[in-house]
Amino acid sequence: MAVTSPTVTPPTVASRASFKWLEGFPTIPVLILLTIAFVALFAELLAPYDPQVGTLSLRYRPPFWQTGGSMAHLLGTDHVGRDELSRLIFGARVSMIVGITAVMVAGTIGTVLGILSGYLGGWVDQVIMRIADAWLALPALTFAIFLAAIVGPSEFNIVIILGAVYWTRYARVIRGEVLSLKQREFVRLAVVAGCPKHVIMWRHILPNVINSAVVLGTLMLGVVIVTEAALSFLGVGVPPPKPAWGLMMSDGKQGLMVGHWWLTVLPGLCIMLMVLSANLLGDWLRVKLDPQLRQL
Amino acid sequence: MKQYITRRVGYSLLSLFLLSLTIFLFVRVTGDPTTLLLEPGASEEDIVNMRHQFGLDQPLWVQYGLFVKSFLTGDFGNSFYYRSPVVDLYFERLPNSLLLASVAMVLSLLIGIPSGVLAAVRVGGFWDSAGKVFTLLGLSLPSFFIGLVLILFFTVYLGWLPSSGAGTAAHLIMPAFTLGWYFAAAHMRLTRSSMLEVLGSEYVKLARLKGLPEAMVIGKHAFKNALIPVITLAGINLVVMINVAVVVETVFAWPGIGRLLYEGISFRDFPVVQAVVVIGGSMIIVVNLLVDILYALIDPRIRLES
Amino acid sequence: MSQPLLSLEGVSTHYVSQQGTRVVRAVDDVTLSLGAGETLGIVGESGSGKSTLALTLMRLLPPAARIVSGRMMFEGEDLLTKSDGEMRQVRGKRIAMILQDPMASLNPLFSIGNQVGEPIRVHEHASSSSAWQRAVRLLKSVRIASPETRVSQFPHEMSGGMRQRIVGAIGISCEPRLLIADEPTTSLDLTIQAQYLNLLRDLQREHGLALIFITHNLGIVAKMCDQLAVMYAGRMVEHGPVSRIFSAPAHPYTKALLGSIPRMADGGERLTAIDGQPPDLANLPPGCAFAPRCPAVTTRCRAEAPPQFTLEPGRGARCWLAEPLSMRSSAA
Repeated sequence: MAVTSPTVTPPTVASRASFKWLEGFPTIPVLILLTIAFVALFAELLAPYDPQVGTLSLRYRPPFWQTGGSMAHLLGTDHVGRDELSRLIFGARVSMIVGITAVMVAGTIGTVLGILSGYLGGWVDQVIMRIADAWLALPALTFAIFLAAIVGPSEFNIVIILGAVYWTRYARVIRGEVLSLKQREFVRLAVVAGCPKHVIMWRHILPNVINSAVVLGTLMLGVVIVTEAALSFLGVGVPPPKPAWGLMMSDGKQGLMVGHWWLTVLPGLCIMLMVLSANLLGDWLRVKLDPQLRQL
Repeated sequence: MKQYITRRVGYSLLSLFLLSLTIFLFVRVTGDPTTLLLEPGASEEDIVNMRHQFGLDQPLWVQYGLFVKSFLTGDFGNSFYYRSPVVDLYFERLPNSLLLASVAMVLSLLIGIPSGVLAAVRVGGFWDSAGKVFTLLGLSLPSFFIGLVLILFFTVYLGWLPSSGAGTAAHLIMPAFTLGWYFAAAHMRLTRSSMLEVLGSEYVKLARLKGLPEAMVIGKHAFKNALIPVITLAGINLVVMINVAVVVETVFAWPGIGRLLYEGISFRDFPVVQAVVVIGGSMIIVVNLLVDILYALIDPRIRLES
Repeated sequence: MSQPLLSLEGVSTHYVSQQGTRVVRAVDDVTLSLGAGETLGIVGESGSGKSTLALTLMRLLPPAARIVSGRMMFEGEDLLTKSDGEMRQVRGKRIAMILQDPMASLNPLFSIGNQVGEPIRVHEHASSSSAWQRAVRLLKSVRIASPETRVSQFPHEMSGGMRQRIVGAIGISCEPRLLIADEPTTSLDLTIQAQYLNLLRDLQREHGLALIFITHNLGIVAKMCDQLAVMYAGRMVEHGPVSRIFSAPAHPYTKALLGSIPRMADGGERLTAIDGQPPDLANLPPGCAFAPRCPAVTTRCRAEAPPQFTLEPGRGARCWLAEPLSMRSSAA
C-alpha cells in the first residue's frame, strides 16, 4: 500500500473508507493513555525529585495554589515530605508496567487454555472450563487478596496473581470463538489435508482469535489497574516505599481527616483517568474490531 | 426437571470441589502451611502438633481429605490475633456485612432500575446518554476513591457524617452508597438491556395494538417482565456484595466480613483469610445454584424441557 | 355505491437512516379500498412491505419509519390526521390486529382473562369483573373448551393453537370493524391452521368484520379472500377480485407467483421459481422495480415506472403490458 502524506493526497475512496473506520475514535482517552505511557517511560527525566526520599521538615505541603504551597513542590508533599508530583509520575510507571504485563500474562494463559479447550474439546475442555467456573465463583479481589496473603507482596507477585485471577475471562471468550472457528471452511480444509492439531491451533486458530484477545486485553486493562490499586491500597500489592497510586491513596488516608486532600484525590484522579480511558478505548475497539464481542 | 436440578447440583458440587482443591494446593504448593497457619515465633512443639494435625507426613490426598473434613465440620482454626475460633469471628461480623449489603442493594436498585427504564424508554436520547456516562463512571471508578472523596466532603468539609465505625444510621450512609455505586451502574445496564429486549417483544407490540396507554404498556407489560433478570442478578449480587466489601469496609472501618479479611491480611492472620475466602466462594456457588433452581421452578420453558 | 369502510390513497411509508442519507421506500404510493365485511388478502415476498403497510394502518411504526404522504380514510375519518391519543382510541377498539407469532404475543406474567379483558377495561371502562365475564364469553366464541377454567390460567399452560385463538379473542374483544391478521398461521401446523382459518371466517360472518389477511400463501388467499392485493418492492403491483386475478393475472409478477404454487395435478412438473432477488428498497431501479426479473421486460419498463392502470372497476395493475387493456390511465 502506497502511503503518502494525507495532507497532499486528494481524498480517495480508500482514505474515505479509513475515515469511516475511525468514526467515533476516542481521541481524548487515547491521548491520555499516551501521555501516561510517555510519563511512565521518561519518569527519571520528568520527575523533579526522588519519589522515595522525603524531607520530614517539609511534610504535608499543599499544592502551589493553596496557601502554604510553593512552586518547589507543585503538587505538595506527603506525610514523610516526599514530592507528590514525582510520586505520581513514578506511580504511572508502576501502573503501566503492572497493568500491561498482568494483562499479557492473563491473556496468554487464557488464550492458550481457551484454544486448547475449544479446539480439543472432550475432557480437556471439561477440566479447563470447570476450573474456570470454580475460579470465577470467587470475587476477583478476594481471590487476589488470598493469593497475595500466601505469596507476599511484590511487584512481580502482583503480576502473577492478577494473571492467575483473570485468565478465566479470556479462556471463556476465546473458547467460544474457537468453537465457531472450528466449523469454518479453512479449518475443516486443514483438517482434511491432514494438518496436525498443534499446527492448526497455532497457524489457523490463533491468528483468528488475536483480535478478540486484543480487545479483551484493552477492556481488562482498566479492571486490572483497579485491582492492583485496590491490592496496594489494602497493603498486599506493591510494597512501600515504591510509589503506586493505590498505595499513595492508602498513605494519604491519614492526612485526609485534617484536610490534606491532595494526597488521596490526586492519585485517585490518575487511576480514574487511566481506567476510564482504557475502558473507552476498549469499548470502541470492541465495536470496530469484533462484532461478536458486542454483547460482552 | 429433576434431571436438570441433579445436573446443576452436580456442577455446583464439582465447583466446590475444584475451589477447595485450588485453595488447598495453593497453600501447600507455595510452601509449608505451618509457617502460614502458625503465628510467627511458635514453639517447636506447636509446629510438630500442627504437622500432625494436618497429616503433613502423609500423602497429599490424605491431607486434602483432612482439609475438607475440617471445613465441613466448621473448623477453620484459630485466629492468631483474636485467639478465638475463626468461625465465631466470622459469624460475629456477618450481621454487619448483611446490613451494609442490604442497604447498599436497596440504594443500587433505587438508582439503577428507574434510570435503566428511563434510558430504555428514551433510547438514543438525552437520558440514555446520561445513563451511559453514569454506567461508565460507575464501572470505572475504584470504590476506595469514591469512599475517600465522600469522607472528604461529608466529614472533613461539611462535618455531616461520621467517617468510620458503625452503630447509627448516619454511619451507614457513606459506606452503603460507596458499595452500592458500582452495583447501581451494573443494575442500570442490565435493566436497560432487559427493558429494550422486552420492549421489542411481540406481547408489548400486541399491548400497543390493543390501544393501551403508553404508561400501561411500559408499566404493566414491559416493566414486570424486564424486572425478572434484574431481581435475579440482585439476588446473586447481594452475596457478592458481602464478599467484595473489603475495600469499602476498610475505608470506613465498618466491622464486617471485609474488615475481618483486611485485618487478616494486616495481622498476617492466615486462618482468617482462608476462612473468609472459602466461605465466600462456597456462598456464591450455592446462591448461583439456588437461583438456577428457582428459575427452573418459575420458568415453564425449563420446566417443560425434561 | 356506499362509502367503503377503509380507503387508502397514495400512502407511502419510508424508513430514513439516522444520517438521513438512506431512504428505504418500504411502502410506496399504495391506493386501495375495502368494504365493510369484505376480506382482502395482501400477498408478496418477505420484505415487499406488507407488514409495514399493516403497521402503517395502525400507525405503530418503528421510530425510523415515517408515513410521508397519502390519506387513510376509515369510516369517513382520516387516520393520518388523528392525534396519538385519538389513534389509541381506534387501536384495539375499531381496528384490531393479530401478530405473526402466537407463542410470543401473550405476556407470560398475566392470566388469560386479564389479557383478553384488557381492551374492554381500557376502551369501554368496564369493571374488572364484567371484563372477566366478557373474556369467558370471548374464549367460548373462539371455541376454547372449558373457558371458565382456562380464563384464569397462564399462557404457558396453553398449546400453540389455543394461544393463537386467544390472540384472536383479544382481536375481536371490542367488536372492531376491521381486523388485520399478519401471517397468523405461519407458526401453526396444518390441521390447526385449517381450524383457525375456519374460525376466523365464522367470526367474520358473526360480527360483520372486514378482514385484511397478510400472507405469502396464495392457497389461503384462494380460500379466504374476496379481494387480493399483490405487493412487490413496496408497491401494489396488482389488485382486484381474487377470482379475476387467479383466472387472468395481468402483472407478470402475479403470473409468476401463481405459477409457483405446486399443484397436485401437475405431477412431476417443476415449480416455476422466480429468477433473481428482490431489489434493494433503498436503491430501486429507475423504471419498474420488477424489470430486472421480469420475463416480459421491454426497454420502456427499464426507463419509466408504470403508473397504475385501471383494467375494470376495482381492478388494476402497475405494468406497461396492462396499458392497452386499461379503461383509462389513472396517472395524472
